[in-house]
Amino acid sequence: MLKFKEKAIESFLILCSLVTVFTTLGIVLVLATESVRFFQEVSIVEFFTGTEWTPLFAEKRFGILPLVCGTLLTTVIAIAVALPLGLTIAIYLNEYAHPKFTAFVKPTLEVLAAVPTVVYGFFALTFVTPLLQSFIPNLSGFNALSAGLVMGVMIIPYISSLSEDALRAVPKSLREAAYGMGSTRLQTAFRVMVPAASSGIIVSVILAISRAIGETMIVAVAAGQEPRLTLNPIHSIETITTYIVQVSMGDVPRNSLEYSTIFSAGITLFIFTFILNNVSFFIKKKFQQKYE
Amino acid sequence: MYKLEARSVNLYYGEKHALKNISMAIEANTVTAFIGPSGCGKSTFLRCFNRMNDLIDNVKITGDILIDGRNVYKSKIDVDEHRKKIGMVFQKPNPFPKNIYENVAYGLRIKGVNNKAVLDEAVERSLKQAALWEEVKDDLKKSALSLSGGQQQRLCIARAMAVEPSVILMDEPASALDPISTSKIEDLIYELKSKYTIVIVTHNMQQAARISDKTAFFYLGELIEYNQTATMFTNPSKEQTQNYITGRFG
Repeated sequence: MLKFKEKAIESFLILCSLVTVFTTLGIVLVLATESVRFFQEVSIVEFFTGTEWTPLFAEKRFGILPLVCGTLLTTVIAIAVALPLGLTIAIYLNEYAHPKFTAFVKPTLEVLAAVPTVVYGFFALTFVTPLLQSFIPNLSGFNALSAGLVMGVMIIPYISSLSEDALRAVPKSLREAAYGMGSTRLQTAFRVMVPAASSGIIVSVILAISRAIGETMIVAVAAGQEPRLTLNPIHSIETITTYIVQVSMGDVPRNSLEYSTIFSAGITLFIFTFILNNVSFFIKKKFQQKYE
Repeated sequence: MYKLEARSVNLYYGEKHALKNISMAIEANTVTAFIGPSGCGKSTFLRCFNRMNDLIDNVKITGDILIDGRNVYKSKIDVDEHRKKIGMVFQKPNPFPKNIYENVAYGLRIKGVNNKAVLDEAVERSLKQAALWEEVKDDLKKSALSLSGGQQQRLCIARAMAVEPSVILMDEPASALDPISTSKIEDLIYELKSKYTIVIVTHNMQQAARISDKTAFFYLGELIEYNQTATMFTNPSKEQTQNYITGRFG
């Protein structure tokens, strides 16, 4: 009887873990089959090299580059904000701040990641953009700059929290060695602690990039819906995620070519984040055991 | 004038009275061993000399520590500058995650020395002094973490010596090493005596007897006895010392 109970529990646990595996497989399968249908009608070369994306217009063009460009532009701006700030915060909390202060500030910072992204989106649209417009007169109402900046703020805790964990995991003996040699706090932080924690810090940045690439609401609300191949952040652009939202919500008939574009866009996005996740997994695995 | 001097040093970890009224003087170019059972305060006392206890919260220290007659706990003193003059070797080898060359050059680099000729000379001299040069001279660019434990510890000694401190503090430098590496480190300590003043904490009484000129025995935060090593091990004046070195406790 007891044996049976054990077996039942075990099967239940396996079932639970299989749910996640099958969900992932299902997503990949749907993305793949729908994309195959899309690529039967649109050449894959045009898709990856075309510089115009106008599936919803009378004259349809299917070049994903403008969407990729929009995604990368907002992501780069976000990382440019989050990396220096996040790393500085992590170093401050680890090397300078009183432990009690760290214990209070770290969870507080993590609240930033818990704010609903739609709130960030409206913050970008109704506060940051008007503010920026007072410095940059020809900034368009929807633009990559303010969406990117606000997204940067949102992902700060990813970098600061995970980097702080990585710094904290550096053996105490290394810090003692650094101070024992007469290093100042700044020298200890930048010459010893950061290099020793580099794999964890890189992983935190990659996760933040991954998060920024997949972010939808902020860019959908504040960055605009104009696919444009530009690196100038003052213009309205469109990211891959925004396009998917736009089509999913719109009046596009199911099973039309326009409809299947969201799957091709989706799989492009998926490939990006998939690669990044694997890179971070690889870095973690390769460097993790160095300081045991 | 003594090289190192402690005058009525008391140290508290929060409520705990970890060092009780310790006074002692150490002469230049000698090896002094601190012995005693775990938790007796010998490492804590060692770390007073380069103010490493500052890194721990809730530590309060009273009394004076003098190096070359200068009080190191005066608020005016620059702690980082002070630590640069005192080398420290720790229990576990703790090389930086850099190559061998950069590990040894670290102390000079943080002083702002970037002249390659100066660094090359210091790296070679220090590695030779630490008896590691012959083993690593062909691949100085190799990661320090790829060395064996004994080599890493000699590298840490080289790193400490590269800035030419006058004092080297060693906190159980051989306790994590195999017997062969241990004997290499002991030989090294013996040779370094002519240039440096060395204070070594050890759990190993034979080691203390082999390498030190004077020995201090600590027990429960007190300095029980401090004398010539030879006298200490053959004819201790306190009963507690006698009991400890004959292995009756500790």
